[in-house]
This record gives sequence, structure tokens and C-alpha cells, in this order.
Amino acid sequence: MSETLVSMKNISKEFSGNVVLDKVDFNIYKGEIMALLGENGAGKSTLMKILTGVYIKTSGEIYLDGSLVNFNNIKESQNHGIAIIHQELNLIRHLSIAENIFLGREPLKKAKNIDWKKLYADTKVWLDILGIKENPKELIKNISVGKQQLVEIAKALSLDAKIIIMDEPTGALTVSETKRLFEVVRDLKHKGHSIVYISHRLNEIFEICDDVTILRDGQLIAERNIKEVDEEKIIEMMVGRKLSEQYPRVSCIPGEMVLEVKGITNKFVSDVSFEIREGEILGVSGLMGAGRTELARTIYGIYKMDKGEILLDGKKAIIHNSTDALSLGIAYVSEDRKANGIVLGLDVRENITLASLKKFSGKFGNIHFAEEEASAQGYIEDMSVKTNGTKQLVRFLSGGNQQKVSIAKNLNTNPRVLILDEPTRGVDVGAKKEIYELINKFKLEGKGIIMISSEIPEIIGISDRVMVMHEGKVTDIISMEGASQENIMRLAVGKEVDEI
Amino acid sequence: MKMSFNKTSIKEILSKNKPLIVLLLLCLVMSMLNDRFWTWSNIIIVLRQTSINAVIATGMTFAILVGGIDLSVGSVVAICGAIAATLISSGMDTILVVLITLMLGLGIGLVNGVLITKGRLQPFIATLGTMTLLRGLTLLYTQGKPISTTGAVSSQSFSKIGTGYFLTIPIPVYIMIFVFIIAYYILRHLRIGRYIYALGSNEEATMYSGIKTENVKMFVYGSAGLLAALGGIIITARLGSAQPTAGSGYELDAIAAVVLGGTSMAGGVGTIFGTAIGALIIGLLNNALNLLQVPSYFQDVAKGVVILIAVLLDRKQKASR
Ligand SMILES: Nc1ncnc2c1ncn2[C@@H]1O[C@H](COP(=O)(O)OP(=O)(O)OP(=O)(O)O)[C@@H](O)[C@H]1O
Ligand SMILES: [Mg+2]
Repeated sequence: MSETLVSMKNISKEFSGNVVLDKVDFNIYKGEIMALLGENGAGKSTLMKILTGVYIKTSGEIYLDGSLVNFNNIKESQNHGIAIIHQELNLIRHLSIAENIFLGREPLKKAKNIDWKKLYADTKVWLDILGIKENPKELIKNISVGKQQLVEIAKALSLDAKIIIMDEPTGALTVSETKRLFEVVRDLKHKGHSIVYISHRLNEIFEICDDVTILRDGQLIAERNIKEVDEEKIIEMMVGRKLSEQYPRVSCIPGEMVLEVKGITNKFVSDVSFEIREGEILGVSGLMGAGRTELARTIYGIYKMDKGEILLDGKKAIIHNSTDALSLGIAYVSEDRKANGIVLGLDVRENITLASLKKFSGKFGNIHFAEEEASAQGYIEDMSVKTNGTKQLVRFLSGGNQQKVSIAKNLNTNPRVLILDEPTRGVDVGAKKEIYELINKFKLEGKGIIMISSEIPEIIGISDRVMVMHEGKVTDIISMEGASQENIMRLAVGKEVDEI
Repeated sequence: MKMSFNKTSIKEILSKNKPLIVLLLLCLVMSMLNDRFWTWSNIIIVLRQTSINAVIATGMTFAILVGGIDLSVGSVVAICGAIAATLISSGMDTILVVLITLMLGLGIGLVNGVLITKGRLQPFIATLGTMTLLRGLTLLYTQGKPISTTGAVSSQSFSKIGTGYFLTIPIPVYIMIFVFIIAYYILRHLRIGRYIYALGSNEEATMYSGIKTENVKMFVYGSAGLLAALGGIIITARLGSAQPTAGSGYELDAIAAVVLGGTSMAGGVGTIFGTAIGALIIGLLNNALNLLQVPSYFQDVAKGVVILIAVLLDRKQKASR
């Protein structure tokens, strides 16, 4: 094992009396990739925020290169060569890609004014390395979530830090983008950089990491060399018990037709048609930019439809906005929970009932708190949301738990058709399974489900049929018998199965 | 995860309510400096002086909670006061006048709402426009002269709204308390209140939750207009005449009260209780500076300093990690 670069010792952290880290030790080795694993809310992000000075630790010591350090803000840790890619996007939406990457570090000319030429040229270099084709002048709000995540990565890389912390960097990336990222990561490693890698995708851990540290409920469970463990062992250490079959498939005979989409066309998608019966899960696969999210949001009434129609239970559905969609029984779990899935400033209960508040209020719009509380409590238990209670602000939940709240909010509207856009992004193995089980429960209740996902194993694992999209068009809809990782990938890049 | 349950001590309540500390400190200092301060009559004066700003600041709280602002409230006070005075002096019944004036305020607020939602104007710009426009209209309408209500049939009953007492407490104080209670109920117990907080915290997610955000904004600016009209009625009734320049600068006092009360200008965070405290701080400060016979130019300086200190205290608190 090579030399220890960072050693965090006995780190504890409390948030108003609530212990989230309890005497945790954590090491980073020179030129190695350390995986940091644990369930949602285990304390991974908090530990890394302490290392980088975003949070102040309650107790414990941090040694960097053998000397005691204490960072009070992110600038100080950056000056010591530590960069972090946060789990949540922190970009300024109205600035360009280049301005975001070099925010506060813009290259200057002699007269101290910004050297725009150099700014764009430097940005281009990083974009090329990560394989992003966007123009450096493009505004952040105009690019997809995945691209935004890549911009965050470029921003951290451009600091040329000797330690780079990546908190779920691949959440919104496609397979090929992830591959590209891994090449960059390996390259960094060979140049002697150290990396902390946080992810809920265990196959990624085995692909690139040298060591793993596992946390559970704010405590250190183990630090191991990757060669000493296998997936099963890691899961067992993470959740504290053995986990059976990851994709619990239930079979159910499809009933009546619930949703028929006929020839939807707008500036994002063209001529998309499909149908879903009661008790059916339609998986939607495709690369980023294939128009999956846009399709979902068009059905949900966010984007206008130029042509085409939507039939619900055989009747033409007129949907101008999300209010119409929800009242007709179409719910949508967003892929971008921070932007439009949840309201960070409201508490857990208020978020869970936000879309269905009518159900919990009287004639004059007065809220029945007891019913509301009971409903929120129910979802917290059903989905094992890790929170101090219904009154905790969603802002303070871990990423995965925020995702569960976002799903709960939609389930609470009791929809006929549930559209899930990357429902398990940032969710730990145990909770993923709980979410699949919930989806299955919905299936058995006879709802129609659309599940958009970039994780092909998940698509194959629980869908009944798979619709593959490419550049706004449906390449094919295949049944489970014909579905395999390979042919879904082929369809996703726009080739018919039998062409190859 | 372990939890420790602390009893909510007075200390904790105070640390969560920095504005309350400022208010108490102010009271403490004043009771040492001036023995007239803690007299019943002075307390009544403070409360009555606070009431108009408090009513207007309540509407402002709504606007700021959704991440907006309403700069037109001062001008609404003026134009509604002028209309009310005209109607009273024309012999109309008080109740009818009050209703018509309130409707006028509501209407103006809704116009602001339409400019902001349908016209997609920034609230600051939209209400800056209506503020200037309404001030001009008031000056045109009144020809720059006060409109007196004295001598009209219902002049007596109308002036009670501003000058009357019930059980030794001035009527405007009852109005203020009533407005606070209603606003508290709206924000904490009604659906629309929840939507106001949601909208102020994340407009997009609120829209995705099937909530008609435009309607929420219409409600908010409508209320702000309505409450400003109420402020205009009180002040006109109190003075017995409508001044064309009435209410100028009131929007700033209202904003100060809201911000002093801990409401975030970014929206989504704040309470009516906070605004009540904020309005009291301003009322108290005005009273204190008068009692201490501070020259009027220094009064503004002192007010500015206290506002900044109070807001800084609150900021420090929120920045802790
Ligand atoms: N600022 C905060 N205030 C209060 N509690 C917090 C705060 N930040 C985090 N927590 C709590 O600390 C715990 C650990 O959160 P953390 O974000 O570190 O989890 P995580 O391991 O990164 O989970 P995930 O995989 O879901 O991202 C959670 O229970 C969370 O609610
Ligand atoms: Mg995290």
C-alpha cells in the first residue's frame, strides 16, 4: 500500500444534537482511488464536506501529508490541493459553461480585464478531454443534466488538485460518458493524483477503485483492499444483512389499455407512439439527448405538443399543463430533483403532500394537519426515508432520501399512469430494491408505469417491454424476451437489431 | 442515529428569534433612558403608530415570501385615501366607502399580478411602474390639494376607524391584530399559504407539482393591494383628510419591517410573527427617537443603523454551519 496522503481520525459530526458521523476514520492514499460506500444518509457526503471545509466537524483531526490541518471553507482546502465535485449540481444557470468552470479564477489580461479568448480556449481543452461537444459559450440552463454534471467535473479537474473527491459523479451520465470519465480518472491516477469515489453503482467501484471504505449509520464499518471483497460482501457490510435478488420481478397479466400515445411531435421528439396497459411497466432506454425526458415532460404538459394525441382510458386527454396532467391521473417523478422534483425550503411532510394537498384539506382550503402528518409518516415508513421526522427540511436530507421524497410526492397523487424519470438515481442498493418493490406494488394495483432509465440492467430487470429512443424517435419497442444489454445499446445508438 | 431532546428553553426561543431580542433590548434601553416610555398612553401611541405600517407590511410579507416585492403600496395608500375621502365627502355610507376602497386596492394589486404573471415583468419593475403611475394619478386627481372629509354625513363614523377607541385601545390596533391573525391563518393553515412558501422556495418544482403558480401570485399581489388600501383608509380616517403625498416612502418602511422580521428577500422563508416584531421595532424606534428629542435628520441615521445591526445579527445566525 502506498503512502497515506490524508488521514481523518475520529471524525464526529452533529447537526443540532443529531449525530451523523461517529468517530469515523478515513484514509486517502497517494496515487490511489478510494471508494467511499454506504447507504443513503450513511454520512458519505458529510464526511467529504468536512474534509473540504464546507462543514465544521464537531470533533476529530485531519492530517494532510502528516501535518494537522483544519479547513474553514472550500477555498482553503482548494489551496491545499483538494477539489470536490458535489453530489448536487452547484452551477450558475444563467452563466456560460466557460464562466462556470473558471468562476472566480478567470484568466486576466494585463489590464486586469477578463481574457475571454483564453477563457474559451482553456474551457475547450477540458470539454474535449471529457468529450463534451457543447460550445463553451452555451448557457448552463440550456444543456442537459448529464452535461451539467460533466461541467462540474471539468470545473474540479481544472483546479489541478492532487486530491479529487467525486460524490456520485456518474449519476446522470450515460454509459459512454461514464467510460470516458473513467479513462480520465485512470489517467489522473497514473499521474499520481488521489481520488475519492462515491457511488451507488457497485460495478463502477470494482472497475476503477483500489480500496473501499464502508460507512453505516455514521460509523466506520471497514476499510479494505478491493481485492479482498466482492459485491455481495460489500452489500452485506453496507446494509448490515444479506440482500436477495436485486430485481424483484412480479408477473401480472396486463389488463385494459390505460395510456395510448399517438404520434407525439414537437421540437424535441417526432412521431412517438406507444401504449401501456394496466399493470404494465414500459422501460424507456436511450442515450442522453434521445428525447426521453422531453417526451415524458410533453405527456405531463410541461412542453407543448405540435402534433399527436394522448388517450387515457380510451378517452382523448387534453393536457395543457401539469395541473391538467395530475388531475387526469398522470404523475411525473423528475430526473432533476433539485431543480423541479422537490422544494428544498419545505419540510419532508410538506413535500410529500405538495402535489396532493387538496386531498388533505377541507372546503375552505384549510389543511387537515393530522391526516397530512399520517400520510407523510406512512411514506417515510414504507420507503424507509432517513429523516429526523416529518418536520425536517428536505434540504438536510441526503441525496438518496431526497429522491425518495420526490417519489412519495407523486405516489401521493394516486395516479393512473406513473412516469418515473431515472427513479433510482443516487439511491443505495437496499433502497433501490425498495423502490422496485413499490413500483411492483403499483403494477399489481393495475397502474400503467413508464420508467425512463439509463441503467440498462434496471430496465431489463423490471420492465415488461422496452422502448428504445434515438434522437427524438422511437427506434423500436421490444418485449422482454428479446431484450439484452447488447441489443438495447444498439437500438440506442440508432441501429435496428437485424441491421447488425 | 442518536437524538437528544432538549427542552425548548427561553434561550433557544431567543436564539431562533433574533428580531425579538432586538425588540426587547430596545424596550430595555428605553425604559432606562426615559420614564415616560413604559406608560400606558405611550404604549398605546406606539401601537397605533405601528398599526398602519404593520397592515401594509403584512401584504409585503406575502410578496416577499414568493420571492417578489410590491413597491406600489405607498401609492396605493395615497390613491385609495383620496378616493375614500371623496366618497365620504359626497355623503356615501362609511361601510360602502370602505368596501369600495378595499376593492379598488384589490383591483390595483391584481393589475400588478397580471403585469407580473401574464406580462412576465420582474415584480420590482412592474410595481415600480405602478408606483410612479399611481402617484401621478393621485396628484392629478387631487390637484395637489388635500381632500377633507369633515362636515360630511358619515364623516363621524368614518373618522372612528382611525381615531376611535374600544376598551381604551385604539381601533387601528384591533385592525392590525385582526390582519395578523388572518394572515397567520392563511400562511399556516390554508393551502394557498403552503403554496406561497413552496413558490418562494422553488417555483419550478411548485409548478411541476401541478400548482397554478400564476394564481398564487395573483392572490399575493391582490392581498398586498388590498392591505395597502386598508392602510390608506386608516390614515385618511385618522387625519380627517386625504393628503396627495400620503404614503410616500411607506413601501420602504414595510420592506424594512419584513426584513427585520427575518424574512428572506430571496423568498420562501419568513413568518407573520417576524413581520409583527419587525413593524414593532420600527414603530418603537420612531417613538423612542421622538421621546429622546433626537433631531429629525439624526433619526434617519439612527433608524438605518438599528436596521442594519438587526439584519446582520440575523444573517450571522443563518450562516452558521
Ligand atoms: N446540514 C444538515 N443539517 C442536518 N442534517 C444533515 C445536514 N446534512 C446532512 N444531514 C444528515 O446527515 C445524514 C448523512 O447525510 P449525507 O448527505 O452525508 O449522506 P450520504 O451518505 O451522502 O447519503 P446519499 O447516498 O443519499 O447521498 C443524513 O441523515 C442527513 O439527513
Ligand atoms: Mg451524499
